Amino acid sequence: MDLCLRGGRVIDPGRSLDSEADVLLSGGLVARIEPGIVNGLPVSTRVVDARGLWVVPGLIDLHTHLREPGQEYKEDIASGTAAAVAGGFTAVCAMPNTVPPNDCRAVTQLIVERASAAGRARVYPIGAVSKGQRGEELAEIGEMKDAGIVAISDDGRPVMNAELLRRAMEYARTFGLPLIQHCEDLTLSCGGAMNEGLVSTRAGIRAQPPAAESSMVARDLEICALTGARYHVAHVSTAESVELVRAAKRRGLPVTCEVTPHHLTLTDEACARYDTNAKCNPPLRSESDRLALVEGLRDGTIDAIATDHAPHSILEKDVEFEQAAFGMIGLETAVALSLALVRTGVIGPGRLVALLSANPAAFLGLGPRGGSLAPGTSIADVTVIDPEAPWAVRPDGLRSRSKNTPFGGTDMRGRAVMTIVDGRIAFAEETRFG
Amino acid sequence: MNPYPHKHLLGIEELSALDLGTVLDLGERFTEIATRPIKKVPTLRGKTVINLFLEPSTRTRTSFEIAAKRLSADAVNISGTASSTVKGETLLDTVHNIDAMSPDVVVLRHAQAGAAAFVAARIRAAVVNAGDGAHEHPTQALLDCSTIRAHKGRIAGLVVAICGDIAHSRVARSNLFALTRLGAEVRLAGPRTLLPPGLTEMGGLVFDRIEPALEGADVVMMLRIQKERIGSPLFPNTREYSRYFGLNEARLALAKPDAIVMHPGPVNRGVELDPAVADGARSVILEQVARGVAIRMAVLYLLAGGGEAAVE
Repeated sequence: MDLCLRGGRVIDPGRSLDSEADVLLSGGLVARIEPGIVNGLPVSTRVVDARGLWVVPGLIDLHTHLREPGQEYKEDIASGTAAAVAGGFTAVCAMPNTVPPNDCRAVTQLIVERASAAGRARVYPIGAVSKGQRGEELAEIGEMKDAGIVAISDDGRPVMNAELLRRAMEYARTFGLPLIQHCEDLTLSCGGAMNEGLVSTRAGIRAQPPAAESSMVARDLEICALTGARYHVAHVSTAESVELVRAAKRRGLPVTCEVTPHHLTLTDEACARYDTNAKCNPPLRSESDRLALVEGLRDGTIDAIATDHAPHSILEKDVEFEQAAFGMIGLETAVALSLALVRTGVIGPGRLVALLSANPAAFLGLGPRGGSLAPGTSIADVTVIDPEAPWAVRPDGLRSRSKNTPFGGTDMRGRAVMTIVDGRIAFAEETRFG
Repeated sequence: MNPYPHKHLLGIEELSALDLGTVLDLGERFTEIATRPIKKVPTLRGKTVINLFLEPSTRTRTSFEIAAKRLSADAVNISGTASSTVKGETLLDTVHNIDAMSPDVVVLRHAQAGAAAFVAARIRAAVVNAGDGAHEHPTQALLDCSTIRAHKGRIAGLVVAICGDIAHSRVARSNLFALTRLGAEVRLAGPRTLLPPGLTEMGGLVFDRIEPALEGADVVMMLRIQKERIGSPLFPNTREYSRYFGLNEARLALAKPDAIVMHPGPVNRGVELDPAVADGARSVILEQVARGVAIRMAVLYLLAGGGEAAVE
């Protein structure tokens, strides 16, 4: 069925478009974007009133943990993609640290098939760098590419061995894949459960210094220069890391990076009372780091906002702080937290949409398959956002199977109200659209 | 009005100077009981105190047990090796089981920071933190303050040097909070590997050698070097540690002539403390132990809501 989004503020940063118009979706594509096309459509076209709302290319999350296969008690592909579309994401990249990890064609195929069966958000699998994510031998990257992976990463298990990293980047370049690194020198972080600083000292918690991240970023950037391969820093969290990426971009290296909404919003103070839902890796940092991340977003050093949606059950979270698992869910709070940057004037709406859609699409090389609203060519993946709607985070009301968010009870403004995948409404806010 | 307006004792950080004074004053009144032939008062008769020690400890557990018994409370000890925790029971389940037995006070020792707060949020009983990881050990700081006050008559205006493994020490943190709140100057000294960031913001004066910290000090508090730190990259060995950071008579001469020497115990003789100093005239280490019982009686009394303070 054709769908017409009527009278919304259409924002497509790839074409520098930001104006009110009707958007007609037909045959799985964006068909037309013009004012007034709602008049004269056949009655079979469903018309959605988008006046006062933003109509943007579908949001794409570069960093999601869907936990399937193997840890379905935390999340599975069906529940994770339900959370994705409820948060406005039409596509998510699934990190490979499942059980078993996505380090071969069979696991990649399983993820692709389950995602297709779930029929909610698109899922782009990310393959492991190394077999078993053990950091010893290369995984079967070529075969995984054939099965559908879009990048490689040993996320959560940084590639410590410099030669393996070099060879992985060279090999991935052969197959046109970027390498995504969780930057953490494990010999410097030493299992620290939070950021090292005043708050960790006061709380008596074993901590990791910011240099555990930035020293690996610095090393990796030299290997990026050596190999010429595309390199992406996952969830950048320190001022020094941002500066290193900024300088590397000036050198012309093929480097990109992402930041999470929680690192843009919270600091290590959130861990002061041992809230295990605020325990994540990289850890929440100091206020000066947070401000450097905001500046990196503003000046273009940071390319994308990615959630690092990391579901964990109460078995991993209702325990002592140092024992708790790292990570928090983020798919359903990302839009609201990101909109705060627009409201405070850090970035404009176009840049926000670039960070959440156009840039991730470009990173993944999706072409017309995401990140744009080009009439006649772009696929019909569209997110409709109410930038002002007030709401409060109720963990029990979230779609994710896990409820590990430090934002429970927090008042938010702005959210996705409709998410359209391949021309079909994958999520619509019930109270608004019935 | 309740003179101690808290349900639990989780850390010194959340106590005011007034709260500290309340506990110290009551602790001083309870010291007298130890001098009686019958060292028992009926104050907490019918109350149940569970000493849940999930990390090895002898003196703190014994001190709490004696404190509870002198107040006529029923004291039960659960120690880390004896409890179900070694069988894989989570702290959450342990807490639920203990809560089901309706104790009045749970005294918790645990290897992880924040464990006392974790338990306090999930149990009906009052919780006393008897040491949680590198976070706090509030009754140790209280007994240290009590000892200092007994010798110096006051805490405000004193110079207290705390020397050694500040990074991993809950005793250092609790004493830093207590002593600064009561008006002392607190110096923290040790090799830079054992000095975590943020100590200055927390109110301490930081030194990477112990000599300048000792200069003119009224109180010298030495911290234990834990065995598990030996062989880590924090310092080469105990011999070199002792040579540069141990307290001997020559170094003690830098402090005021009437300075007292303290240690939370157990002492590594010859490592952080020269035996001549540990057993010397200025050492008040055993007095700390004696006052520990009285301070813990005061804490149990305040938290268990005993009747008349039967001190007279």
